[in-house]
Amino acid sequence: MPISMESELKSPAADPSTASPEPRPDFIQVKDFNFFYGRKQALFDITMDIPERQVTAFIGPSGCGKSTLLRNFNRMNDLIDGTHHTGDITINGRSIYDPKLEIIALRRSIGMVFQKSNPFPKSIYENIVYSLRIAGRRNRKFLDETVERSLRGAALWDEVKDRLNESALGLSGGQMQRLCIARAIANNPEVLLMDEPCSALDPIATAKVEELIHELKKDFTIVIVTHNMQQATRCSDRTAFFYLGRLIEFDTTEKIFSNPSQKQTEDYITGRFG
Amino acid sequence: MSTLSDEKPAIYRAGSRPGRRSPDLFQVLCWVASVATVATLAWMILQIGQQSWPAIKEFGLGFITGERWIPNRDQYGVLPFLLGTTISSLIALLFALPLGLSIAIFLSEDFLPLPIRQVVRFTVEMLAAIPSVVYGLWGIFVVIPLVQQWGKWLAKTFEDVPVLGVVFDGPARSNSMLTASIVLALMILPTITAISRNALVAVPATLREGSYALGATRWETIFGVLLPTAAPGIVAATILALGRAMGETMAVAMLIGNSDRLTWSLLKPAGTLASKLANEFGEASGIQVNALMYAALLLMGLTLTVNILGELVLRYTQRKTAGIR
Ligand SMILES: Nc1ncnc2c1ncn2[C@@H]1O[C@H](COP(=O)(O)OP(=O)(O)OP(=O)(O)O)[C@@H](O)[C@H]1O
Ligand SMILES: [Mg+2]
Repeated sequence: MPISMESELKSPAADPSTASPEPRPDFIQVKDFNFFYGRKQALFDITMDIPERQVTAFIGPSGCGKSTLLRNFNRMNDLIDGTHHTGDITINGRSIYDPKLEIIALRRSIGMVFQKSNPFPKSIYENIVYSLRIAGRRNRKFLDETVERSLRGAALWDEVKDRLNESALGLSGGQMQRLCIARAIANNPEVLLMDEPCSALDPIATAKVEELIHELKKDFTIVIVTHNMQQATRCSDRTAFFYLGRLIEFDTTEKIFSNPSQKQTEDYITGRFG
Repeated sequence: MSTLSDEKPAIYRAGSRPGRRSPDLFQVLCWVASVATVATLAWMILQIGQQSWPAIKEFGLGFITGERWIPNRDQYGVLPFLLGTTISSLIALLFALPLGLSIAIFLSEDFLPLPIRQVVRFTVEMLAAIPSVVYGLWGIFVVIPLVQQWGKWLAKTFEDVPVLGVVFDGPARSNSMLTASIVLALMILPTITAISRNALVAVPATLREGSYALGATRWETIFGVLLPTAAPGIVAATILALGRAMGETMAVAMLIGNSDRLTWSLLKPAGTLASKLANEFGEASGIQVNALMYAALLLMGLTLTVNILGELVLRYTQRKTAGIR
């Protein structure tokens, strides 16, 4: 972690002075998880352990529930009426459904990047410090430092350092998406969730974001949803294949793409899907 | 089936006809309509300008700064009405903007179940359908008694307070600037509510989600993202409402007390350009007609300026928010 911030998810026993101990192999734990939109069940008996400070890719055909699971990690699905779940998800050992855990704190410790970049109609600077402002941070120097660190982290600093006070909406599509990544990491989250972050980007912008993901995994636990098999092989350590709301296979990316154990996985990654 | 396929639908035949006759006709119609609109406006301005010319020559700018309006002595100063128009509409906006914006927020969020929201929305929008004269009557029977009660209290309470002492200078009268402004506020409420609500509803869901995902609460999202994004629409709503309040005639004429005196007190009778025109035009003659036309020209200039200003603000804010969809 770059700068340590108060976080609901840091386990109480963890000593902040011992910077990055052994990464947990089960940083995010999904246990017998079922999820329902109204009566429609979208996820079935998902059980998986997502390792700390690695990149985990979710792949699978459209509608198989990748986004649904991803959006459960920071409880974005709470915003949708009539959803419910069974089973549990823990992050760093703590259940995200613990009634004592504040949803706001949970979301602050998890950054999210959306398929379509969604910068606020504010300046570049204000976009980045949004999460800090709502957390009550006022110190100008701290905000300035955060803006620079986040933009550098998102490989955008050199391109925008002279126009921080200009509208974020004047950026190119690829820059906007990197701005959204910068915004998502500004408050030093523990986890970074990315739902098809490159699907609206050209190959050059995509390469930049992938490079970035590679850098970011030193500090963050990253989960990325992608439809791009090459992208999964290029930037993820582990890959989970979903089909019709079920987790079919979850293994190292190398294994999934070279020697999958399930027929369905093989059919999907070779494009022989039907 | 075969009988049907022989006969192509009429719309298909019309579209596939060679040549470009129908689009041309349509284009001509569009041209005629747009030219006619511009010509009508130009003609109106010309007409009013012509009619007011004698008064403009006679009184010049003194007309605008003059505080007295005494037709018997051919003395015409329009300052009290100019102020009346400005102040009454600004006060109306002062009441209507916070209220209308709050209603718009409540209607665009899901604080209340949808059926209730729809009833509220329908009710507010129906306010726009009530004729002006009915507002006037309602003002006489409902607002005036209220202002009578509260006016005395206001005048007494703020008697010795610096600025407020002037604003609430007594003795409080029932037909006053305050009465007219309150009713005006109600009349412009649907404009503000409807347009602001539309602007809020049009904010892309991805922005709302983005804000929540960063750990914002609902109110932080409303104030931090939704309102700023909807700002151009809200500005447009405000401008339109201001324009409407400035031009409103009937209800104001019934409630404001129609005084020719310059006053800074909200509790005293006043007059607006529109109410003055409505009250006096019927029995005006000679230079008085020209003076009234001059006043009409000013009123038109005022509303036009407000709208142009609004348009500029709108463009500016839109440029700042351009690119999000
Ligand atoms: N808000 C919602 N209400 C009801 N059903 C939903 C909702 N969102 C998603 N679903 C359903 O849940 C299932 C999983 O959807 P999800 O969006 O998680 O799929 P996905 O794997 O992300 O697909 P894609 O690759 O197309 O993004 C789908 O059948 C979808 O129709
Ligand atoms: Mg999805």
